[in-house]
Amino acid sequence: MTDVLQFLFMGIQRGCIYAMVAIGFNMIYNSTGIINFAQGEFVVLGGLMMVTLTMAMQWSMISAFLAAVAFVTVVGILMERLTINPIRNPTVLRLIIITIAVSILLKGAAMVFWGKGSHYMRHFTEAPPIEIYGATILPQTLWIIGILCLVVAGYVLFFNYTITGKCMRACSINRDAARLAGINDRKMVMLSFALSAGIGAIAGIIITPVIQMDYTRGALLGLKGFGAAVIGGLGNSMGAVAAGLLLGIIEAMSGGYISSHYMDAIALVIMLGVLFLRPGGLFGSSEVIRLKEF
Amino acid sequence: MPIKDYIGIAIFLAIILVIPFGMENDYYLGVMVFAAINCLTCVGLCLLMGYAGQISIGHGAFVAIGAYTSGLLTAKFGWSPWAAMGAGAMLVTAVAFVVGVPTLRLKGHYLAMATLGFASIIHTVTVAATHLTGGPAGVLNIPRISLFGFNLDTDLKFYYFSWMAVILGLYVAFNLIHSRVGRGLRSIHGSEDAAAAAGVNTTAYKIQIFVISAVYASISGSLYAYYVNYIDPDPFGVMHSVLLVTMVAVGGLHYVWGAIIGAILLTLLPELLSFASDYLKNIGIQYQPDYDFLVYGAILLSIMLFLPDGLFAGFAGGFRYLRRLAARGLKWKTEKKAAACE
Repeated sequence: MTDVLQFLFMGIQRGCIYAMVAIGFNMIYNSTGIINFAQGEFVVLGGLMMVTLTMAMQWSMISAFLAAVAFVTVVGILMERLTINPIRNPTVLRLIIITIAVSILLKGAAMVFWGKGSHYMRHFTEAPPIEIYGATILPQTLWIIGILCLVVAGYVLFFNYTITGKCMRACSINRDAARLAGINDRKMVMLSFALSAGIGAIAGIIITPVIQMDYTRGALLGLKGFGAAVIGGLGNSMGAVAAGLLLGIIEAMSGGYISSHYMDAIALVIMLGVLFLRPGGLFGSSEVIRLKEF
Repeated sequence: MPIKDYIGIAIFLAIILVIPFGMENDYYLGVMVFAAINCLTCVGLCLLMGYAGQISIGHGAFVAIGAYTSGLLTAKFGWSPWAAMGAGAMLVTAVAFVVGVPTLRLKGHYLAMATLGFASIIHTVTVAATHLTGGPAGVLNIPRISLFGFNLDTDLKFYYFSWMAVILGLYVAFNLIHSRVGRGLRSIHGSEDAAAAAGVNTTAYKIQIFVISAVYASISGSLYAYYVNYIDPDPFGVMHSVLLVTMVAVGGLHYVWGAIIGAILLTLLPELLSFASDYLKNIGIQYQPDYDFLVYGAILLSIMLFLPDGLFAGFAGGFRYLRRLAARGLKWKTEKKAAACE
């Protein structure tokens, strides 16, 4: 029982991160149809920037948090302005390679600025771990869960109750029609990159105290976040949150009970299984899926 | 296979034969062997990406399977290197088929992510299955391969051997491109629906070319194992798969020669950069090998933004432009002469 609970906490902690990375994928996918291969690098940049601001420059947690998110958001905007926006009529292959190039560039930059080692960061609050039925839960995990809830709440409010959010939704449903209705669709694409980078940064910031960030982590975090997005149905952010949590819990359980060495592979095997059998995701309706191309 | 390609291969062969005479030490020969190994994988990948239009960010996994099968069978079970290479190719054929059938039903981004996931799974297995692959410690004491009784024990011999393998690979690739299959593949690249409507069995063609390109990767993996005599999971990570894609893209997706140029250029890039760093030091800029990755990303990004068809297409375009310019200049000159005569 203690073990199950312990693995559950671990799984939820990882799952929250996958969920947030998946939301980031979905935002850009909805506005452009692009899968951003640099999504994982946003997470890494957010985490590493936070480490510098809090540990080396001794900023307070809140100001460092805001500054790190702002920094990565600017990186996301620059990425869209410099590499996605200028290209007219791109092929899918070219877009994929461009986002891969950006991810290599960001990874290289992270290595140059932060070095190859992994970086320690102190937890948000200096409280002792909480014991529940013999299993311990870190206060940082509670922060992670809380911040995920805030992000999801913000997401729902933004897309349902603000005019900008509604414009973005209109663009994702039908870009041409949205443009005819007077929505500046190119600005919406930029905004989606900004938001997606920002959410990636938040994910990186909250997970860094637990995993110790280094520059190589982006690829795997991105891939598993994509797995969560696929399992939830690409484009469906609430599905992504559920799928992210599910993926995290399955991963932690299998790591605990089957083999910790194969833990990374298990999440990816599930992702491939869903891609092969139900590429529309577990939560999408099958009628809608039949109309889509994968 | 048109005469143009024979001429291309002949020129290429001549360059390959001459290069070692200009080299002073074996280190650069070794680098050129790695270039050959990457070239072979990239020629196969180019058939898949450039001709059939299907992206794979998972070919590093096939290289790994080829290398590990060869390494394990020769070092632990005493097989002959050639038989082990064949076994590796056969295993990769089977794996590529099993993976390819469901994967190639996906398109574009989904296909890219699925192949990337596959590469990551294989890498995890090479690290985790310690009883089979030796885990992070790897496989030691892999023998060198011999050809017709000659043991390929020096870098020079292996240099010629590996580049001959590349030329053989090119020959097969060109023949494939100019066959019925090749035309079918290009039609898939243009439009899969139109190709299917015209009677091309798109599914079968895509799986075939996926398997063929995986076998190219497997053989270059075997060559790697026989050259380095030692394998560990490190060089076959997800990043290797990504680098292979970038090599093909930098050279030019739609040309086999582009894949060759891209593979050679990017394999030599660290060496070129270390030359450049000596030069930069003289003008007061400290360049460190750590920056290589950054330069790599910058090169790839700028080529994709400004020369989306790759360097080879860029060269070809530049050459055509110059020729047109020259023709115009000539015409202008003769007109002036004619005017002067009058």
